Amino acid sequence: MLFLLLALLFPQRGLAFPLRAVDTPNDGGGRVTLSWQAQPTPPESWQVLRAAPGQPMVPIDTIGGALTTYTDENGLRNGTAYQYRLVALPGAVALASDPSLPAVPGASWFDLTKINVAVVLAVFFALVLYYIGQSERGKVWRFRTIAGLNAIEEAIGRSTEMGKGVLYVPGVQDIDDIQTIASMIILGNVARMTAKYETPLYVPANSPAVYTVADEVVKGAYTDAGRADAYRADQVRYITSEQFAYVAAVNGMMLRERPAANLLLGAFFAESLLLAETGHETGAIQIAGTANVHQLPFFVVACDYTLIGEEYYAASAYLSKDSRLLGSLKASDTIKILLVITILLATLLLTFGYSGLGEFFATQ
Amino acid sequence: MSPGLADLRRLDRRWIFLAVGLLVVMPLITGFHIAPVRPSARARGFYDAIERVPPGSTVLVAGDYDPGTIAENYPMHLAATRHLMSRNVKIVAVELYPGGPPLADRVLHLAGEEYHKREGYDYVNLGYKSGNEVVMSQMGSSIPRTFPVDRRNVPVAQLPVMKGVENFSQIALLVSVSAGYPGTKEWVQQVVSRYHVPMVAGVTAVSAPEYYPYLQAGQLQGLLGGMAGAAEYEALVKQPGLAMRGMDAQSLAHVFIALMIILGNLAALPQRRGERK
Amino acid sequence: MRREIPLLISMVTGIFVLVGFFVPHPAIRTLYDDIQQWVIIVVAFTYVLGMANVLRINWTQVSRRERDWPYKIVLIVGVVATMVIGFSEGTHYLDDGSKFSWIYNTFYSAMAATMFSLLAFFIASAAFRAFRVRTVEAFLLAIAAFVLMLGRVPIGSLIHPILPEAADWLMEIPQNAAKRGILMGAALGVMATGFRIILGIERTYGSEGGS
Repeated sequence: MLFLLLALLFPQRGLAFPLRAVDTPNDGGGRVTLSWQAQPTPPESWQVLRAAPGQPMVPIDTIGGALTTYTDENGLRNGTAYQYRLVALPGAVALASDPSLPAVPGASWFDLTKINVAVVLAVFFALVLYYIGQSERGKVWRFRTIAGLNAIEEAIGRSTEMGKGVLYVPGVQDIDDIQTIASMIILGNVARMTAKYETPLYVPANSPAVYTVADEVVKGAYTDAGRADAYRADQVRYITSEQFAYVAAVNGMMLRERPAANLLLGAFFAESLLLAETGHETGAIQIAGTANVHQLPFFVVACDYTLIGEEYYAASAYLSKDSRLLGSLKASDTIKILLVITILLATLLLTFGYSGLGEFFATQ
Repeated sequence: MSPGLADLRRLDRRWIFLAVGLLVVMPLITGFHIAPVRPSARARGFYDAIERVPPGSTVLVAGDYDPGTIAENYPMHLAATRHLMSRNVKIVAVELYPGGPPLADRVLHLAGEEYHKREGYDYVNLGYKSGNEVVMSQMGSSIPRTFPVDRRNVPVAQLPVMKGVENFSQIALLVSVSAGYPGTKEWVQQVVSRYHVPMVAGVTAVSAPEYYPYLQAGQLQGLLGGMAGAAEYEALVKQPGLAMRGMDAQSLAHVFIALMIILGNLAALPQRRGERK
Repeated sequence: MRREIPLLISMVTGIFVLVGFFVPHPAIRTLYDDIQQWVIIVVAFTYVLGMANVLRINWTQVSRRERDWPYKIVLIVGVVATMVIGFSEGTHYLDDGSKFSWIYNTFYSAMAATMFSLLAFFIASAAFRAFRVRTVEAFLLAIAAFVLMLGRVPIGSLIHPILPEAADWLMEIPQNAAKRGILMGAALGVMATGFRIILGIERTYGSEGGS
């Protein structure tokens, strides 16, 4: 303590160094970032001192001697100016920074580190609006055929002819996963088809939230198709949220109910092959779709059709043939082309020593 | 059509199941050894990073997995803990999966008994805290404030092993044993990038390739991928365990699956010839 | 009106959460964080609905003596017993030695590990049944599969020392490149789906369908 006091009262000339304190950018306030040059002989640790307006310097933290930055987030008030100082601990020779200039923490209205994401989103949004406008003016685009999507209606027709049902598995993630949301969208289209053909539909849900949404989707689809009387409350059921217990139950449904078509559309993990192989054993036609890349090999091998990544997200546009949805699909394709051009351009520029474009798109 | 190949096409898959079962169980029961495990550069990096930790230092071991991935993560967790204890390094354990603490306890107590280490003095299990990246960030400010008590509800201020351990500045190495999220990637982003703590990771085999960029960038000093990685590490520390025993079974299973691909295509040959005619 | 209100809620909250991603100011961020908490609370309430559904459906099947009805009794007894034990142990339900953790470790963990281990058998049968080399691409895939399967295990280095290195190269270079391409496409699909829901173009997920 005495040593620290001496260091504060009698800082030795030549052993002081500048300390920079600034409001931490791109945050919600209450933080100040300190930075300083690395010292030729760093101490074991630094003591960080802080002074509020009209108050003396008080120690607030002790940090490693090898560090050259520090962020103070200990109870700062936005709009108040704080000054800082660093003091070496311990040391035979007093080593301390000059007091920093006052820094005033404040909240930012925009996180500039995410500007690259904002640019891409803005371009994409503009493209979506443009192509939706075009579609509403009657423009028609040609999209490549996705065999798996064409096969969905065929599979449902086949089930109807055989007098069997359709099993729809919406994946094993909760409703907050975008793959599950996309699955609910496709379920609406599938339920309309099963309502039209009067084909039994089984939807085992792995979470209560998915169960409630799926139930509403199926009920709404049957109403839309004018077959509200054909809707049954036990078509959609909650099984369990535990992964392998859910798989065991769904496998049991496949073996008991013997559906003629299995639609495995959503987020899947280790259970994908268990479901697909059991479904194959029952002789069902199987259409799978997921954006989980690590499960795609299992589906490709074990299912009749597989929707890979963005094909899965494009399903609702393909199935509904809604011009506005197809317009948004066109926007996705356009922005993909733009991104590929950007990657090639950035790679070329980087090869010639210009890293600006690549760095602009770098994230954390 | 060749009668052999025709029979092969009609092969009941239960014979395949039986063969897989026998091939996996036999090495585990008989203990016979097929091939030596050759450590990869990634496993060697993991080993060397622990070897560089000075005795008496404190290492943070994050056991972010649950019983679902026990086959892959548990052997590497146990081998790393044994390695650290054999070098008289103190261990502070945390878990960001709710199912993690009992597994971490099991590892620490098992290794602790082998190396005569005492809980509270040589190692501590701070337990589980929800919050994912927020927990990591809070630990950067203060580990005792983030975990005021350990898993046994003993205040950490009373534990000799936690004396002087305030934040990551006092941590010599971060060992992440991870099954997914939250895990290795989050520790790299929240801790290595900000506090420059050396880090090694043991992950499941399916997720290991995702971490190669971190290894190449130097943010990870070593990486163990799945049971194979755990076996390589057991070979380096010269303590054969669950992973090495499992590798013999896995070797046979992999060879069998490769054979099944060949046989399946051979069995389909007569059908394809028929289609062409 | 019944259709418009959910769409309006989706649009407003969707736009707000999107804006909140870019704005760290507490004026936005506080509500942004609160919305995330509300989701957790709403989801927690849905567990009541889910449990009621499980019990109702299975009890109906038991009372009608439908196929495999004895197993439904096992399910109902298991659900009720686990819930009662868990509630009776309160916040200590996951402590070592608790009855709940005994049920979890003895029943669930063992059965989950068993189900997981079925993968080994199913991979072998799927490899025999479905992995057909009919095209050049399938042939290349088969070669990559052999190299990886053998290179990842000790027997591979016994067969030839190049196998482990070739397996590593395949995973680090071509596999990573293809995976990143798929992930980029999937990410664009996610953006498109999100925009469609926020703009109210995608309505099928809501009640009354989207036609």
